[in-house]
Amino acid sequence: MTDSTRQLQQMARRRQAVHGWLLLSPALIMLSTFAFYPSVATVWTSLWSRGTRRNPSEFVGLENYQRLLDDPTFREVAWNNLLYAGVTIPVSIVLALVMALWANAKIPARGFVRTAYFTPTMLPMIAAANIWLFFYTPGFGVLDTIGGLFGAPSVNWLGQPETALWAICAVTIWKEAGFFMVFYLAALQTIPEDLREAAQIEGASRWTYLRRIVLPLLMPTTLFVLVNALINSVKLIDHLFILTKGGPSDSSKLILYYIWESAFAFFDAPSAAAMTVLVLIVLGVGAAVQFRMLDRRTHYR
Amino acid sequence: MSEPVFVRLDGVTRQWNGAGGVRDVSLEVPRGAFVAILGPSGCGKSTLLRLLAGLETPEAGRIEIDGREVTHLPPAQRGLSMVFQSYALFPHLNVRENILFGMKVRRVSRDAREAALARATKMTGLEGLERRKPAELSGGQRQRVALARAVVSGKPLCLMDEPLSNLDAKLRHSVRRDIKALQRQLGLTVIYVTHDQTEAMSLSDTIVLMRDGRTEQIGPPEALYHAPATPFVARFIGDPPMAVVDGAALGVAAHPVGIRIEAIERVPLNEADIEAEVVETEYLGARTQVLLHHPAAEGLALILPDRVPLPPGTRLGLRLPQEHRVRFAADPHRNHAPHPPLPGDRDGHVADPNPNTHPEDQA
Ligand SMILES: Nc1ncnc2c1ncn2[C@@H]1O[C@H](COP(=O)(O)OP(=O)(O)OP(=O)(O)O)[C@@H](O)[C@H]1O
Ligand SMILES: [Mg+2]
Repeated sequence: MTDSTRQLQQMARRRQAVHGWLLLSPALIMLSTFAFYPSVATVWTSLWSRGTRRNPSEFVGLENYQRLLDDPTFREVAWNNLLYAGVTIPVSIVLALVMALWANAKIPARGFVRTAYFTPTMLPMIAAANIWLFFYTPGFGVLDTIGGLFGAPSVNWLGQPETALWAICAVTIWKEAGFFMVFYLAALQTIPEDLREAAQIEGASRWTYLRRIVLPLLMPTTLFVLVNALINSVKLIDHLFILTKGGPSDSSKLILYYIWESAFAFFDAPSAAAMTVLVLIVLGVGAAVQFRMLDRRTHYR
Repeated sequence: MSEPVFVRLDGVTRQWNGAGGVRDVSLEVPRGAFVAILGPSGCGKSTLLRLLAGLETPEAGRIEIDGREVTHLPPAQRGLSMVFQSYALFPHLNVRENILFGMKVRRVSRDAREAALARATKMTGLEGLERRKPAELSGGQRQRVALARAVVSGKPLCLMDEPLSNLDAKLRHSVRRDIKALQRQLGLTVIYVTHDQTEAMSLSDTIVLMRDGRTEQIGPPEALYHAPATPFVARFIGDPPMAVVDGAALGVAAHPVGIRIEAIERVPLNEADIEAEVVETEYLGARTQVLLHHPAAEGLALILPDRVPLPPGTRLGLRLPQEHRVRFAADPHRNHAPHPPLPGDRDGHVADPNPNTHPEDQA
């Protein structure tokens, strides 16, 4: 092979490489700017101390994390979020499934039922929170008015530490269940009617059919909904701003709200960054475990 | 039919807003019989089967199975099994779980289940496929799983709704033989829905020919072939079906007259019963099929030996021998038959008018 042909080949290869990078660049730039860089910056920030005018920030390693674990507020907020996830995830999924099964059955006014269930999903969270604020208002709110009819005493649902978190949970469930129902409804409609008839002829009761045929066939949907619910249990905090602002005395404060507070109210960026990293780790592990565990028992069609 | 009646339908009606479905169907099926329910699309075959299965409830009439009235019983209490057109296999269960689903639901003991499974897979040739999911099987294998699921628990009555319609022609023939063998071996009473007259003729002891939700004729295949009760039956059964000529054109009473194509003879014009015009000739090797047109006839054709060139438009004289004519009563609803069947129309392949072929041999 002569020198010139080798040179030509090399040039062609180089041109191809340039071409490839050019094609890659838009996605690469977008992802770097909006995903990779912030993640790395967050981890980086979490390793530095909070800088003030007198002592500038310095590298402190895992000290921020240590401080977080000693922070009673963080522990309470983490516990709140665990409770919040532990209640809203299963309740909204079960509710969504029940509503979907009902809305999929041959009932009168089926279209109306479906729309009614779906409406909360279409509302922005802020609007939903405002509606519920009206429900919860002590004295003349809907809940108190109804309670009053039966002689129940007025309850300040959002204003007392014992009930505030549960009131928040109720709003989230109300909002999420309709959303998840749509996925279940879509999945239910792909199950052919003759499977039910075949099971019926074999002597399966409705319950057996549900348990042995419908639920397994809905597994992929359940997995999807579960991951979404997990993420939402951390992500969905818009209503906190309207309803309780985390109070009273942190009883309804969730992690993301606390992160926001630390960063933008207390200007403690390193501690906010450390919390963000912790949340990301927990969410990542959670999603991985769910996919691994359920994947083995999931039938994809 | 000396056997006692096993399934009895008495004036069964099920319609939707006064249309579709089945109307006033009565039927008696002896134990161990193979009954084909035959008819054009939309005539109510599936509805009839679903009524028997208990998946629909009749508006009027009575259904008896094995001497017990079951008209309003749920499907599971009727002692029957069913093979669906779409197979209706549970996609998330493997072959073994699919076959044993019913026995598990009914809490049959483990040993009995295993024995039944071994028997059913052996009979249907599914050994070695027990661990596969339906998606990992071929169409024919899925069909066999559906069959195995139907026969595994030994229910005496098996309903099948066009079980072969999703298979290609070759597979259809082999599974058809399997079904027949299985039915004999187990002494099953089978009620089998099909829109394919060849299938009905070759499989069954009794054919129920349906039209617009009513039974048009019930009888053994020979009876429907040789002595159709109405022009509709004549035009539906046989491949090619009978030609139907208006009696007035033959100089007899103005009733329809049916005749099998192979019995029609070509004669000089002056001796002819009727004259018809050649539309087309099809050379088939040993013979030529001549499609003919006559204003008062339907499905008229002629079979001539060897190759006979006849240009379209030629006028031929035909003799319809008296001994082969079938006289019908005037057919009141002849004009709103849903699909007047044409030769070769129902089976997907071209008409094969071999005069020596009995329909039973047309595998
Ligand atoms: N659930 C239903 N609601 C309304 N009409 C129906 C229903 N089921 C069947 N029909 C009507 O009853 C008639 C008979 O239907 P059926 O399914 O029994 O036909 P078929 O003979 O099985 O036809 P094919 O060979 O195409 O399966 C059709 O006209 C159909 O439109
Ligand atoms: Mg049908």
